[in-house]
This record gives sequence, structure tokens and C-alpha cells, in this order.
Amino acid sequence: MDNTVIVIGGGISGLTAAGMLAQQGLDVTLLEKENETGGHLARWDRLFPDRKKASEVLDFAMEGLNKVKIVTGVAITGISRQDHEFTVSTNLRDSGYGMQDAGYQSPVPSPQSPVPSTQSPVPSPQSQYTASALLVATGFDLFEARKKEEYGYGIYNNVITSADLEEQFKSGRKVLTSEGKTPGRIGFIHCVGSRDEKVGNLYCSKICCVTGVKQAIELKEMFPESEVFNFYMDLRMFDRHFEELYYEAQQKWGVSFIRGRLSECSENPDGSIILKTEDTLTGKPLKMTVDLLVLLSGFVPSGGTRGISKMLGLQEGTDGFINSADQHSQNNLSGIEGVFLAGAIKGPISVSESVADARAAAAQIACYLSSFKVTND
Amino acid sequence: MIDFGYTLTRDRQLDYDRGDFRYLKLVKSLEPSMDLCIGCGSCTATCSAAGFTNFNIRRLHTVIRRGDPESIKAELKKCMFCGKCQLVCPRGVNLRNLILAMNRAIEILG
Repeated sequence: MDNTVIVIGGGISGLTAAGMLAQQGLDVTLLEKENETGGHLARWDRLFPDRKKASEVLDFAMEGLNKVKIVTGVAITGISRQDHEFTVSTNLRDSGYGMQDAGYQSPVPSPQSPVPSTQSPVPSPQSQYTASALLVATGFDLFEARKKEEYGYGIYNNVITSADLEEQFKSGRKVLTSEGKTPGRIGFIHCVGSRDEKVGNLYCSKICCVTGVKQAIELKEMFPESEVFNFYMDLRMFDRHFEELYYEAQQKWGVSFIRGRLSECSENPDGSIILKTEDTLTGKPLKMTVDLLVLLSGFVPSGGTRGISKMLGLQEGTDGFINSADQHSQNNLSGIEGVFLAGAIKGPISVSESVADARAAAAQIACYLSSFKVTND
Repeated sequence: MIDFGYTLTRDRQLDYDRGDFRYLKLVKSLEPSMDLCIGCGSCTATCSAAGFTNFNIRRLHTVIRRGDPESIKAELKKCMFCGKCQLVCPRGVNLRNLILAMNRAIEILG
């Protein structure tokens, strides 16, 4: 065993872990399928609960990466193992960017201004990387909201997802209806693709509740005269300062919360959306017209997570996310020696939790490579 | 006319677009803390009147918010102003004043 680690996935978890490992003197290669690192975080504007800019969090993670070999735009085609050495084979995706070798330049490239790859040698279409430990940080995808056809995403122009809204916030443009009007009434639908056996997802995606509250406040800031309604089943304000944000949404911004799950919606000739739900607190069916409807899409295991899981034979839970060796005390261990897990590969998780989990994984890998015992057996 | 035994049933649906929000506006101006309700039902669970009648202060608050205030008029008389609801409210809603505000709204708006 030497001191080499391959991190698969360049989202916030992979980046954070790679930085921690490199700072401990380990030889780290990070493989990312997209042409840019940063994952979902690179597309978000501000984070709950304190509305910190996502780009600042990403910049912080990037600062520790000057000794990490970052390879972007590659697909992993195979992983093999001999004794204590893993070999990861890759293929260039599309006309992908090449290798961003040592000396990564902070700050983070925005999607519009990719870091040119010309300074580094472009890897041949097929490459192989070897290491003594693998960290799988392949994360999640957002639930494809089109699958809830009755909610009208992709059918009605004024139905958007929380990710679409976040991109609009990031662009700095005013959020308008598809007709170019200021939305007078806005609805948020919680649990889209979560807690829903009809789409095969029994689990709670956990961060959508607070995202809905955060985005509701942001829209009220943008349009103080608008009415904003959040349709929820439960509001799960699980982490510190989340309940306070919910309180602020009610007290300061007058955001209304209606307990009831959207059954279906339809479109008026003017493009506005009619919602049908039950107001479960009065026990009556409720109909409401909104100018803009935001669907809070949940988490699903990413395509990368599913692919790598098959290659390595990771333990998949019934929800499709990857089970660790033990959720309490060995949550970064995969159950396969030398293979570690970090971040949303193990289920829905916030950015702050991802950072903490990635650091924990890095510590475990460093222990493992120094032959400290990391398992019970 | 022959009575065929058919009746018309009123639509139970809350049509938010046609709601009557005059009561909400007035009550809210008199007791802004009503916005903080999380619908937990602690108030109704401890209510002295709810033990003997169908008085449900949590529900009354909700129907006003939904623009359907008609049912509160007869209901409010059942409250005995003991104030236990306010003691248990986890969000600190001033429920006694909320009920006074609802009464005031009925006085003004009919």
C-alpha cells in the first residue's frame, strides 16, 4: 500500500475530501465526468439557512486543491483491483477538457468561463489511474420532475423546479412568468419525487423543506407585494437555524403554509396555473390559481453513483443510495476494503453535512493508508 | 311542482380565488402573531370549551386564512376566555387577543 488516493466525483464532497487528503501529504487524483468541478453547488446561488453565496463555499473548497491532480470530462469505464491496488480506466467524454494538473487556479471557474486546459497535457482518450484507496463521491441527481406528469413540469410554461429558480436567482435577473409578467401569486410544492411510492421514492429528501422556505423568502424580497404559498405534508426543519428561518418566513415575510399535497394542476388560457389540493387543516378540498409554480425536486442516486456502484459491487439500499458498512460508526466505509464513501451517494444531505462527511472520509482514508485499523473486524 | 326528492349540494371546495379576505386583513392587523401558527392543535387540545362543544380555535384561525370566515360567527360564542390556549401555544400566538380580534372583525364586518 502506498499513499495514493483516487477520488471519484468533483462535487463539494469530492473536492473537500481531495483537499484534506492532499494537505496531509497524500497523492490525490480527482476524476470528474463533467468538464467543470463543483457539481450541483456550482449551479446554486445562495445556501440555506444563512444565505451564504454558494460560490464562496466552493471557492473555499477549491483553495486546498493545488496539489491535487484534477481530471475532468472523463467517464470511468472500468475499475479493477489487484492486491491493494485499484486501477481505474477512463475514457474522454465528448470533446472534454483535459487534465488540470497541479497548480489549480482559484477562484472557481464559472460555467461560462471554463479553465482552459491548454496548460496541461491532454490525456489520451483512454487513461488509467492507480491508487491504494478509492473515495466514491458520485452524489445525487435531482428527481426528474417530468415524471410527476400531473404537476405539469415540461407541459405548462409557468411550472418550474427549485433548481430552475435557483439558476434564475444566480443569473441576477428578475423572476418573471413565461408571459414576462411579475408573478402576483406563487406556489411552492414540497416533496416532489420524495415520500412518494408512486415514483418509487419512499424516502424524504430532507433539504427541500428548508430550500422552499429560503426560496419563498427570496421571492418575497424580490416581490414584496406577491403572495407566496408553500404546500407541504410536514415541514422538516431538521438542522440548526432552520426553524428560525421558517419563523422568519411567517413573521417577517408573511409566507403562507398550507398543509396538503398537490393532487394535480391545470393551466388557464392566460398561462396561470390552477392547483387542486386538500387543505388538510380545514378538511376541505382547495382550489387556487397561481402565476408561477415551483416544484421542490428531491434527490435520487446519480447516474454516476449507479454506474460506479455496479462496477465495484457496492451495497445498494432499497432506495438506490449506497449503504455504508455501518451508519453510526463506519459511515464512510463501503464494506469493501480500500473503498470509501462520502456525501450524497449515501442519501440526501446538505452542503454543510457534505463538507463534514467528506472531511471524515478523508480522515478515515488517511488512517487506512497509515495502516491504522478503521473497521471493527 | 313535483318533488322528486333531489337536492342541490353546496360545493365544499374552498375556492381561494373567490375567498373573503376582509376578516383576515382586519384580524391580522389587530393580532399579527396569528401568522406564526404551525397548526399543531395544542390550543384546541387544551381548550376548556373544546371538551364540551365542537369549538376549535385552531380551525377557526385556519378558515379565516383561507378566506372562508362564515363559520366563525356562531363558533366564537363558545369561547370562555380562560386563556389556556395561549399558555400552551409553542409559537407564542396571542390567542386571547386573536379571539377578541375575531369578535371585533365580526362587529365591524358583520
